[in-house]
Amino acid sequence: MDIPIAKLYRDWNSFSILGFIMYKGIGVISWEFISEMPKDGMTKGGIYPAIIGTFCLIGGSILFAFPIGVMSAIYINEYTKHGYFRSFIQLMTSNLAGIPSIVFGLFGMSLFVNQLGFGDSILAGSLTLGLLVLPIVIRTTEEALKAVDDNFRQASLALGATKLQTIQRVTLPIALPNILTGLILSIGRVSGETAPILFTVAAYFLPKLPSSIFDQVMALPYHLYVISTSGTNINDSRAMAYGTALVLILIVLILNLTASAVRRYLSKKNNIN
Amino acid sequence: MTEIYPHKIESKDVNLYYGNFHALKGISLSVEKNTVCALIGPSGCGKSTFLRLFNRMNDLIDDIKIEGECLIDGKNIYSKEVKIDELRKRVGMVFQKPNPFPKSIFENVAYGLRVNGISHKTLIEERVERSLKQAALWDEVKDKLKKSAMQLSGGQQQRLCIARALAIEPSVVLMDEPASALDPISTSKIEELIYELKSQYTIIIVTHNMQQAGRVSDSTAFFYMGELIEYDLTKKLFTNPSDTRTQDYITGRFG
Ligand SMILES: Nc1ncnc2c1ncn2[C@@H]1O[C@H](COP(=O)(O)OP(=O)(O)O)[C@@H](O)[C@H]1O
Ligand SMILES: [Mg+2]
Repeated sequence: MDIPIAKLYRDWNSFSILGFIMYKGIGVISWEFISEMPKDGMTKGGIYPAIIGTFCLIGGSILFAFPIGVMSAIYINEYTKHGYFRSFIQLMTSNLAGIPSIVFGLFGMSLFVNQLGFGDSILAGSLTLGLLVLPIVIRTTEEALKAVDDNFRQASLALGATKLQTIQRVTLPIALPNILTGLILSIGRVSGETAPILFTVAAYFLPKLPSSIFDQVMALPYHLYVISTSGTNINDSRAMAYGTALVLILIVLILNLTASAVRRYLSKKNNIN
Repeated sequence: MTEIYPHKIESKDVNLYYGNFHALKGISLSVEKNTVCALIGPSGCGKSTFLRLFNRMNDLIDDIKIEGECLIDGKNIYSKEVKIDELRKRVGMVFQKPNPFPKSIFENVAYGLRVNGISHKTLIEERVERSLKQAALWDEVKDKLKKSAMQLSGGQQQRLCIARALAIEPSVVLMDEPASALDPISTSKIEELIYELKSQYTIIIVTHNMQQAGRVSDSTAFFYMGELIEYDLTKKLFTNPSDTRTQDYITGRFG
């Protein structure tokens, strides 16, 4: 569907949301806001621990989902033949992508928090978020590998390279810029999700930094939820909520810009795309 | 043609099926050492399929069946002892469409050496230089070896692909319409090159260009609908073919 009106509306929509949050939140943002602990029933002070917590969760979940997702996609695209088995895996991957995030939250709680005994922790939360973004990483990596011209693979094999050498030295480097797209999308997804971290890691109020992966942390989306719905004093923390939302959006924006800069640099180096 | 055993390359009663489609029908053909053999015939007659038998690129295709024997230096390359990647180091291939890697000119030529575990820096540099000279590309690229291969012209890219294939010192070179995507000047450069390379390599080249086959090859095989219709010295085949279908094809009555 290529309707410019719809695109315009969407763009206008996202700009207006961004603009609104900018307008409401920019006044709250200060050095203290991003570098201090929350105070006075979260109506004053900063959101430092929630920022750090969100970074921990982004890092942890990517560390888990990225290698597994990329390797799965390599297996599907480079090692399985076209046919029922491949279609079956692809169908399952799409299904996984369609599961509501709250279900991931409950699954993570029962498996990682209780069954495996990680407790409410960065580890449990990262694994849960990792599972959530795994299908995105697999799908985009698969597409990236599919987009690599088969002539390159054949050229490599014809020179006596093994399949693994071909993947390592030719296919992956060519696909890398597009694989990074998967990483960008995943980061956006991970940093904004609330439901999966609700029962697995997020702390309501924890004014200290984590010291190990078995600690709980505060996280921006959950903090936002807390101060705008169930805080001790919702009216007083309203401004803090807009500030938090703005910080969250800016973090995602900066990460995305960095990733697309890296992506552009790599495809220029490859001299393709 | 004159039979001088042993042949460098030989196929014995080869049948090849893509699923149910019988693409090569009982092909027996042999090529002498240090000669150029041209494969001609209308498109879809099985030339590329036949060529890809000798570095086992057909093995990559799902649902393919190959019967008969293909020999290089008297050994069946489809026997169990043969490792495919070892075979491909001895049998280089140049594709129809130039397909250099999106890497530097130097790294393209060095690629085959690196995947073969050669890491000695000066050895690699020597081989890259020598291969580029063999492929008549050295003078044009010697000052920009670090530049991307994608910046070269189509003709230069194809000569780079030839250099890349020669760098691992194969004894056989397979070429699938190597000049079909190129302009006349690049084409004549590639033809000269093939002529030069003959002293060191045994070459099989697919071409749909009759003049080209006449210019570069010693022997020519005419394929038609998966069958080898006629195989003879190039001079003989073009001046006095024994099959009417060959006659019709080379005089341009079909294809
Ligand atoms: N991968 C494949 N799967 C099925 N059929 C194929 C495949 N490759 C080639 N063919 C068929 O085999 C025949 C010979 O093809 P090819 O060797 O490419 O012919 P040529 O190089 O002489 O034009 C053609 O009819 C073609 O459609
Ligand atoms: Mg062909």
